[in-house]
Amino acid sequence: MPAIGKARRQNLGGFSAAAWLVAVVVAAPVLAVVWNLLTPRWEVWQHLAQTMLFELVRNTALLLLGVGLLAGVLGTSLAWLVSAHRFPGRSFFEWALVLPMAVPAYVIAFVFAGLFGYTGPVATYLRAAFGPDAFFPDVRTYPGVVVVMSLVLYPYVYLLARAGFASLGAAPFEAARSLGSRHPFWRVGFPLARPAIATGLALALMETLADFGAVSVLGYRTFTTAIYRVWFGMFDRVAAGQLAVALMLFAVVLLSFERWARGRARFVQRHGRPATEALPPLSSARALVASGFCGGVLFFAFLLPTGVLAYWTARAAVEQKLPPNFGSLLTNTLALGAAAALTTLAAALVLAYGQRLAGSRSLAWASRIAGLGYAVPGSVIAVGVLLILSGADRALGRLVERTTGVELGLVLTGSALGLVFAYLVRFVSVAFYTVEAGLESIAPSLDEAARSLGATPRRLLSRIHAPLLKGSVLTASILVLVDVMKEMPATMLIRPFGTDTLAVDVWQRTAESMWREASLPALTIVLAGLLPVILLVRLGRRGQSVLPS
Amino acid sequence: MNSQPLVLGFLAALAAALPVSSQEVNVYSTRSHYGSEPAFELFTKKTGIKVNFFMGNNNEVLERLRAEGKNSPADVMVTVDAGNLWNAAREGLLAPVESETLAKNVPAHLRDPENRWFGLAVRARTIMYSTERVKPAELSTYEGLADPKWKGRLCLRTSNSIYNQSLLAAAIERMGVPKTEEMVRGWVANAPTILDGDTTLLEAIAAGQCDVGITNSYYLARLVSEKPGFPVAPFWANQGKGGTHVNISGGGVTAHAKNRANAIRLLEFLTSAEAQATLAASSFEYPVSPQAKPHAILEKWGAFEQETVGVAATGKNQAEAVKLADRAGYR
Repeated sequence: MPAIGKARRQNLGGFSAAAWLVAVVVAAPVLAVVWNLLTPRWEVWQHLAQTMLFELVRNTALLLLGVGLLAGVLGTSLAWLVSAHRFPGRSFFEWALVLPMAVPAYVIAFVFAGLFGYTGPVATYLRAAFGPDAFFPDVRTYPGVVVVMSLVLYPYVYLLARAGFASLGAAPFEAARSLGSRHPFWRVGFPLARPAIATGLALALMETLADFGAVSVLGYRTFTTAIYRVWFGMFDRVAAGQLAVALMLFAVVLLSFERWARGRARFVQRHGRPATEALPPLSSARALVASGFCGGVLFFAFLLPTGVLAYWTARAAVEQKLPPNFGSLLTNTLALGAAAALTTLAAALVLAYGQRLAGSRSLAWASRIAGLGYAVPGSVIAVGVLLILSGADRALGRLVERTTGVELGLVLTGSALGLVFAYLVRFVSVAFYTVEAGLESIAPSLDEAARSLGATPRRLLSRIHAPLLKGSVLTASILVLVDVMKEMPATMLIRPFGTDTLAVDVWQRTAESMWREASLPALTIVLAGLLPVILLVRLGRRGQSVLPS
Repeated sequence: MNSQPLVLGFLAALAAALPVSSQEVNVYSTRSHYGSEPAFELFTKKTGIKVNFFMGNNNEVLERLRAEGKNSPADVMVTVDAGNLWNAAREGLLAPVESETLAKNVPAHLRDPENRWFGLAVRARTIMYSTERVKPAELSTYEGLADPKWKGRLCLRTSNSIYNQSLLAAAIERMGVPKTEEMVRGWVANAPTILDGDTTLLEAIAAGQCDVGITNSYYLARLVSEKPGFPVAPFWANQGKGGTHVNISGGGVTAHAKNRANAIRLLEFLTSAEAQATLAASSFEYPVSPQAKPHAILEKWGAFEQETVGVAATGKNQAEAVKLADRAGYR
């Protein structure tokens, strides 16, 4: 950040203080987890080291590598296809390829396990046709886990990469073409969109790290499954917290990678025509391959799982096994999701702005620590949240009792407010990174110009940044909304008495292998996740820049 | 974006969290997925005491109780697997109850020696076999599944499941760590297919992926009730050799219960002969009360000798059981 002058910097005091406050409040549950390190648990670590620590580290690293590669390649190549080429169905695929994001990883895992497992229809058919030892594509394997998770995580990369490509406008591509470049992707597209791709990949990999549902359904042992095993099998909460800290270290490595991959590349919005106007059509053979590729991914990642869920729902309806409380599940989920999206977005904006305006390195680090909640399994972070909430309740109760003599009881613990706080802690980094990427694309020269003309930070925000940021803000709220609707473990632990959400209901039924009964709420999570995606697309059609750039 | 509906929705969610009053009892339960069970409804009908549920899974109910401390609204904790009850009692979350009715209704091996929790229903975890490919005469004990003749024919649920952890914990109580570890090493040497659920496992036996496995009894009953010809049957393991492993779903009164009298009344009612048949049948479990009869499907499977080491032992030995499984390579 260039020097802004002493007088102006003092103006920023309020903003910077607000950013610090948000960072500290959000980081508190993360720190509560880290606190566990103070109580040594050598015995458990020794046991882990003798039995499975190596396997855990290897499996987790392999999973990150596999999902990183597959989701990265899928997301980037699909984004490049729809951004820089013309082929049949392009404008349909452009938005449809985001849809798999609405499918929770544990849902696609249980659908695929049912479909492709030994007892599923595919394997049963293959055995009938080729004998009892026939090959079948078992998803309960390493490649199976990688494919299943990549299918629903590639949209993070796709969404950000496509925004990266789109924000460049047509000019760089035209220039590259007119100079006769045969590889516009490697020469122009990839280098310019690299920061966006890195951010998308980081988000996808943080989700991978935190996943518990999919890996347990598919029987793949990672740090998250080990955390649960130590916590609930050996009744050792502290050692489980320490394992969670190890998981956070993985996340820190990931984030450093993201910083590194972004490099010094500042990726600044150009103004110009959207690139789609001048897209060169593909030859018919290549167009066929392009459409087939997009269609294939869409089929396996979205149409197949939702189709199976729809079929199971229909069968459950015939057998009268649909959940009777479905209406309240839906409204609870949507209300919580909306409240969490608004809160999280506000926090992310304060953090990102504090960082940009104050230019403070320590604040940048505080925001990153606050964001670590995303890489930790929901129930671990939820216990941190629970500790903070009950601590705040005790302090509040003492205060009220001393001043008024009234016994207050639990105000925050087990309240909707507490749950929204948990969502904030868990998902703030999704909003933060998206908004930050959007902010970075606004040239600092704009700020400098405005401020040298005497604009206050508030005016800078409302007149210059707000219109340019609209896209990232919308994307961030959608990502958070969809994430909250899919969230299960933290919701289970913190929700108000008797408040069920769709994800909680799905989990409770699948835990007892009631797949068919779980299919309607699971399908609804997917369909409800479509609404924001459709909103995104419609706004995009109206010509607003709705994607982070 | 118009934020008004969102704010309203948020307020609605807040309102849903308001507390309720009068003659009532608050139950933190992990047992059912439908909010209320017929036996609890029967209780309300008989006594006029309203039952409020908070449903969660075992770990979450426990963590929630812990965090809420003396402010907790919970009066009763109902959960499956004695390991969870043992752990809740160890953390001081459950208070002892001196009740002659409970002592009479619940056999000693199905309750806490210190009266902090009581079994409400019994489930057996036993050997399941394909009726098409296995003769019952080939089967005997859990230890027998370590025999090389089951190589490639054995399916096991992951040892992450508390049901398996309890099974091993009880085995440790019955025959000690070295013999239990030898048994598990034998299972692992038979290259078992590791699956993530009991239902999945039973379906795998039916489809021919394996011939034998170990699951809870009610999963099979549930499948048989849907498909009467389901080609899997239970074999009562270890008859005359320690008995078939049993576990409970059970409950206790919380340490800070505000409606303690109602809570005790609820537990006494649930263990009464009148409620037992309903409670056990709705989940295909066995009643704890010897007076009540089990569901017809279970009755057809016949009576069996239950393991008598006491379900309390499962909690005590659970951490050791997990470590043992790790050492033996049982995933």
